[in-house]
Amino acid sequence: MTILAKHAAYKTAYDTVRNMGIEPLSVRFDDVLSPTEGVLAGKRTILLGTNNYLGLTFDPACIEKAVEATKSQGTGTTGSRIANGSYDGHLRLEQDLAKFYGRQHAMVFTTGYQANLGVLSTLVGRGDHLMLDADSHASIYDGSRLGMAEVIRFRHNNPDDLYKRLRRLEGVPGDRLIVVEGIYSMLGDTAPLKEIAHVKRETGAYLLVDEAHSLGVLGETGRGLAEQAGVEADVDFIVGTFSKSLGSVGGFCVSDNPDFDVMRIVSRPYMFTASLPPGVIASTIEALHQMQIRPELRANLMRNARRLHDGLTALGFETGPEANPIVAAVMPNQEIAVAFWKMLLDSGVYLNLAVPPATPTNNPLLRSSVSAAHTIQQIDTALEAFEHVGRQLGMLSADKRRAGAAS
Amino acid sequence: MRDDIASIFEQVLNRPVEITDDTDIVEDLGMDSLGVMNFVMAIEDFYDISIPLDRITQVQTVGDLIRAVEELRKGA
Repeated sequence: MTILAKHAAYKTAYDTVRNMGIEPLSVRFDDVLSPTEGVLAGKRTILLGTNNYLGLTFDPACIEKAVEATKSQGTGTTGSRIANGSYDGHLRLEQDLAKFYGRQHAMVFTTGYQANLGVLSTLVGRGDHLMLDADSHASIYDGSRLGMAEVIRFRHNNPDDLYKRLRRLEGVPGDRLIVVEGIYSMLGDTAPLKEIAHVKRETGAYLLVDEAHSLGVLGETGRGLAEQAGVEADVDFIVGTFSKSLGSVGGFCVSDNPDFDVMRIVSRPYMFTASLPPGVIASTIEALHQMQIRPELRANLMRNARRLHDGLTALGFETGPEANPIVAAVMPNQEIAVAFWKMLLDSGVYLNLAVPPATPTNNPLLRSSVSAAHTIQQIDTALEAFEHVGRQLGMLSADKRRAGAAS
Repeated sequence: MRDDIASIFEQVLNRPVEITDDTDIVEDLGMDSLGVMNFVMAIEDFYDISIPLDRITQVQTVGDLIRAVEELRKGA
């Protein structure tokens, strides 16, 4: 018995998986060859679970900018911006983000996780009310605990339930902040943002949208779900990350709130951590630029997403409701999920094994994330692997042909 | 109120349950975190209240739950 014995239930659950001869948490890539290919245990493997939506991790321009900045400004800033000051790049990236979103203000954080921690804990405090979608990402839940606001959950993607809960607060003092995500990370479903914006207007609440998985993915110019739904004016704060479509690491918040900059001297997850290294800032600035001048990346991404989503559906797998770059296949139980995941890996396809409580229901998921850099051939190879393994595990009826699948 | 709560438990768990004030919601009723969330939301609908997250984490037994619901209804 040690101080960590309190987590025994989690250890037991993980050991069950390990006893099946599998270590999902210790996948080690010997090499990463491209945004869509790695080497695992000496074998070339398709990367289908890395959130590398636009495939910019190996973009030559981004790499060159990162190398240049590292050579001229060093490997790290070795301190926070409030203590050590900002580099040119930090300010430039904030300006570029504000301009891209057409907003007055932008603030860069060291990770996307910290952006949610820093923004949520600062926007609402004691006596305020934070309205979270029940399926919110862990960083939103953790951010809600860092502040002192009252936290109320509403049913996932249910504007009526949200409205009902805001109505119950009528006459109660304090600010209300609604938090939703552009694309939810497990099933790839989007928030009903038009309806949520309507509730926000009706009830005088503020609205924050986490566009972590939708930046560069949704909307005419890649500004995310708020742009696609045509409700950007109703969204008071947008939070996002550089670690998916922009291929680096870091987080941000943009807004038109006139008091925005006060966050720089009160948001602890912004103040008490080292700022992003020059190389990361430089590649992110370039990736944001590439994203804007190459709209074909988004078109390729959505083409691949539809091909995988429709292909899996045609094979008879239960998937999420929309063809977005996150495509999840619902598994009947943990045993099949783990076996399926391992057999896909053995046939050269890597994706994410997601088990409860990280999943929205009690079913485990095999979660893929598609990239603009995937070739049609890679998507089809993945579909063939899914079909093959699904048959072997008896999940697909033998006579189910790939009618309607990618042809 | 205990009868109402018992019938909500039965709806969520889809089986008959017997509860007292001392019934531990997770241990005795075998509810996982998703079950607890669905149950809490059904309770919230029934009493037309929202139970804030920090209050939910303080609830372990049926008695705790009854006290929380009573306080929230009074406050409303």
